[in-house]
Amino acid sequence: MSHHKIEVRNLAYSYPDGCQAIRDISFTIRHGESVGIIGANGSGKSTLLMLLLGIMFPSKGQVLVGDVALTKKTLAMIRQRLQLVFQDSDDQLFTTSVFDDVAFGPRNYNLSPTEVDTRVDEALEQVGIAHLKYKAPYKLSGGQKKAAAIATVLAMHPDVLIMDEPTSGLDPKSRRRLIDILKCFDHTKIITSHDLDLVLDTCQITIVINDGTVAAIGPTEEVLSNRELLERCDLEVPLSIKLRSLQGNGRHDAD
Amino acid sequence: MQKILSAMDNIRLFDDLARKKSAIHSLHPVAKLITTFAFLLFLVSFGRYEIIKLLPFVAFPLFMIIKADLPLIPLGQRLLVVEPLIVGVGILNPLFDPAGWLTFASIMIKATLTVVAALVLVGTTGMDRLASALYKLKVPDMFVLQLTLTYRYIFVLVEELVVMMRAYSLRSYTQKGISFKDGGPFVGQLLLRTLDRAQRVHYAMGLRGFQGRYPDDGQTSLKAKDLVFALGWIGFFLLCRFYNWPALLGLLLGGIQ
Repeated sequence: MSHHKIEVRNLAYSYPDGCQAIRDISFTIRHGESVGIIGANGSGKSTLLMLLLGIMFPSKGQVLVGDVALTKKTLAMIRQRLQLVFQDSDDQLFTTSVFDDVAFGPRNYNLSPTEVDTRVDEALEQVGIAHLKYKAPYKLSGGQKKAAAIATVLAMHPDVLIMDEPTSGLDPKSRRRLIDILKCFDHTKIITSHDLDLVLDTCQITIVINDGTVAAIGPTEEVLSNRELLERCDLEVPLSIKLRSLQGNGRHDAD
Repeated sequence: MQKILSAMDNIRLFDDLARKKSAIHSLHPVAKLITTFAFLLFLVSFGRYEIIKLLPFVAFPLFMIIKADLPLIPLGQRLLVVEPLIVGVGILNPLFDPAGWLTFASIMIKATLTVVAALVLVGTTGMDRLASALYKLKVPDMFVLQLTLTYRYIFVLVEELVVMMRAYSLRSYTQKGISFKDGGPFVGQLLLRTLDRAQRVHYAMGLRGFQGRYPDDGQTSLKAKDLVFALGWIGFFLLCRFYNWPALLGLLLGGIQ
């Protein structure tokens, strides 16, 4: 299943105002991996996602999905495989009902009405909002909107699910529900987040971006325990790791 | 502030109405669009002094409103927004035409029925399904796209306006509205914000395969009930166009011609 592999080779991108957001980034994400991309504000995470999805094209380097290089010609084909859940669900929900929003993608790929209905029902069932099928998106709560936004991309049957700050604005219960949904998605996942506990919970590999470059890449537990690295990149050790280390010290003291 | 918030709710009203379930809502959008278009054509085909002949045409929007269970007050409120414009267009007629009041009344009736028919069409069909119907009728893609995206842009504009107004009013509690001094930058910022937001929405659409044409909503072809609806009403319009039913009725009931 190497066709789900994403390879980023020497990627660089400068905005028209000359600001270099990405400088020579390279990494590979294998099929089925859950990868967290973390970094401080302005480190280049969102720009990297835009480049992965072909919303913008790099000034240098390339993105390969499977063996196919991302270009304007291959964009439509690649976008069927990679899907993004936006940070702000309101950007993703633009039609008049949840059903129409979830059906928007499958309809664009000219699937039959029966197939569209099936996909919509499956996606809504998966995220637990089947009862909101005919509701107007603007009437949903923040958590429901996020679930609907995820359903819009699940209905596309993507090979790779990309999420930009998925837990922003969610209450603890909705956050937990989102983590459960993410755990059920068994294809490749790429998650950018400041919520390092979420990354710890859902990702096997973590890439730390700092000032447009890869500062570290490795197993999540290892990367997120590296206090020095995280502080250098203006990040903090996640609360759960801090707690674990405190408990460990407590036991050590007791011994 | 409250006015803007209620405007935001109001603007969504037609999307909410279009989601209702009724015999009219379940009709094929193409049938409703063609019938409404025929209604408008027949309506404007009357001469400017033929007021009485226009009266049977009230039946069509009235039938649609009753059968679709559309609320009268919001429809009336929207009509009131347009009425001053209609009055402005027709009010000079009595000054230049001896039978000016007749032409004024004719303009008022025709314009009012046109607006009500358009509101009823959107309220029973929804813009997305209307767009789909326009595609089926081979209206150029560019036109349909402009129509639907402009409609959607209004929501983005109002939503961003609400956010900015809220932030502004919280820090300017001694004044009402936006001061003249802040008006220019406020509007400029609003347009930039809506542009930014509209671009993100466009990205979201592009990522789900949108390539400049709204997808077909999966509506099947016209059914017998759609044909009965369209042909029945077009037949009625034809009868009303070529026979003066109010005069015939007057003759029949009271011997008045």
